[in-house]
Amino acid sequence: MKASPVLADMETRVGMYRAQVRVRYFEKAAYDLFLQNLVKGTSHLATGQEAIAAGVSAALRPDDYVFATYRGHAHAILRGAPMPAVLAELMGRETGLMGGKGGSMHLTYVANNFMGSYAIVGAHLTIANGTAWSAQYRGTDQVTVAFFGDGTTNIGAFHEALNLAATWKLPVIFVCENNLYMEYTPISEVTAVPRPAADRASAYGLAPVAIDGNDADVVYATALEAVLRARSGDGPSLIEAVTYRHGGHSRADPGKYRPDSEVAEWLAKDPIPRLRDRLLSVGVDASLLDRIDTEARSEVDQAREEAKAAPLADPAGVERQVFADGGAQWRR
Amino acid sequence: MATMTYRDAVAAGLAQEMARDASVVLIGEDVGAAGGVFKATVGLLDKFGPTRVRDTPISEQAILGAAMGAAMTGLRPVAELMFADFLSVGHDLVVNQIAKARYMTNGQITLPLVVRFGNGGGLRFGAQHSQSVEGWLMAVPGLKVVVPSTPADVIGLMAAAVRDDDPVMFLEEKALYSTSEEVPDGEHVDELGTARIRRSGSDVTIVALGTMVHRALGAAEQLAATGTDCEVIDLRSLVPLDVSSVAASVNKTGRLFTVEENPRLCGWGAEVASIIAEECFYDLDSPIRRITAPHIPLPAADSLEDATIPSVDRIVESVRRGLG
Repeated sequence: MKASPVLADMETRVGMYRAQVRVRYFEKAAYDLFLQNLVKGTSHLATGQEAIAAGVSAALRPDDYVFATYRGHAHAILRGAPMPAVLAELMGRETGLMGGKGGSMHLTYVANNFMGSYAIVGAHLTIANGTAWSAQYRGTDQVTVAFFGDGTTNIGAFHEALNLAATWKLPVIFVCENNLYMEYTPISEVTAVPRPAADRASAYGLAPVAIDGNDADVVYATALEAVLRARSGDGPSLIEAVTYRHGGHSRADPGKYRPDSEVAEWLAKDPIPRLRDRLLSVGVDASLLDRIDTEARSEVDQAREEAKAAPLADPAGVERQVFADGGAQWRR
Repeated sequence: MATMTYRDAVAAGLAQEMARDASVVLIGEDVGAAGGVFKATVGLLDKFGPTRVRDTPISEQAILGAAMGAAMTGLRPVAELMFADFLSVGHDLVVNQIAKARYMTNGQITLPLVVRFGNGGGLRFGAQHSQSVEGWLMAVPGLKVVVPSTPADVIGLMAAAVRDDDPVMFLEEKALYSTSEEVPDGEHVDELGTARIRRSGSDVTIVALGTMVHRALGAAEQLAATGTDCEVIDLRSLVPLDVSSVAASVNKTGRLFTVEENPRLCGWGAEVASIIAEECFYDLDSPIRRITAPHIPLPAADSLEDATIPSVDRIVESVRRGLG
């Protein structure tokens, strides 16, 4: 872990602030809509973990591929998925990002190479290898990033994916969002090593990288290094970014299993005020950051109103898009 | 027309497609230097090189995931899983990921990929290397399921599978790898979802799949000797399912038998029987009968495996009993 990261330029840093604030307001809106029974099913919020999505996204090119988990709202939005369509998807509307067929846990926006959110732990790491392999085969220098939680490090697909990525020298970056709890159980209680991802890296010939995931500057610098390595053909990286979710695992979970002192300690390390203070200390105008807050809030407000006004997903489309001909016909 | 084994037809079908389309790539355990554990990919590494024919570790999830990601982004991967039984280790990738990706994303993701397996029994490999898994796959929305019964079909259906824009599960019948038959010269491309009438007949319709097609044909010969004229339909694919060919035949014969290598419950024949009972009830002169393996894991010993998988004799007896 580097003591002082290579800092991004000011525009990028302000951009990472904007990114985090947009996600923060979005997740709040998602939660409020759930309380109003307008968001159904389940959703997993990234409140408190925004710096990882913001920092990594800032280090990527628009044509790079990104994979996320069921805790994927942040990644979808920061890869350019239109906010009204994301909220509409959570609300089961016809205008949803996937027309209501996927829901919160499967946000996908292929138009921007956001290749999906995956709700079976570990699977998407193997799929991320596939887009990386494809880029390698096609001779592009596109990089693939797969975000995943700490719990993923104990499932077989994680190890299969890491081994294949290293063996094939794939341009892929595995980013572990270690929020200390797999669901309700502390990851440390069920894992043989203290750092669930970083301490596994050597098994695949990779350097152990564990960073402060609540520091967007650190995340950006670490991600950029991994991106450049992948882009120049030097193979995969595994980054463990330690963070904390402000809420529970999912909307059904108040997170009461966590000691109050631990929650307080991490709330004090909230990535958004941290970056804000740092930007102010290097001379960024408070009014600029205030304006970003206001704009993000109104973007979310507008998205919410747009999504609320949209019609419910039309049952006429329920048998569409099972097969490539657009339908679901299994017989002749 | 050249004569070719079913095994060599796999390599020939893949070579035909790889030669015409550089986006077709092959991965799997031992598919490259070893030429495949069933020797069904011999020569492909030499012909197309290590970037297009790539050996993998024993990592079914990693193999299937790599194929899925590659298919999302412009390639047409063919992934071999060796024994069909190993599908169980990669079940999540096939059932939750590959099958559902298009639907869950409302058509944003297209997955033109093929997964090849060595399917079925007859080789005394025991319960973990001999299963007929077509029923598992047929039950999952979003997958196409193909089971060729002849070398010519292996080539033609492989071509159709590779060119298809949906994920196709391609089940190669292990018991047929060493069988041979004439195959067409030049490029051969078939069509998914089309059954073939292997033998025309007027008294009884026997619908079969894969290895069982040949046993049904053997049974039809014996039954013909005693005056029962059987029509044998080779389904060739379960999804899409060629219902109209079966219905047309039942319309003519009034009697339907299915011959299935799979265990009894929820075999493909149950679906076929249910559709025909629902849609062709008034064409039927007798109850539909399914001839299947018992609902047991497949045993290893010669005598036990032979007692499990429908044989020519059992098909003959069942049809005779069914005719009353």
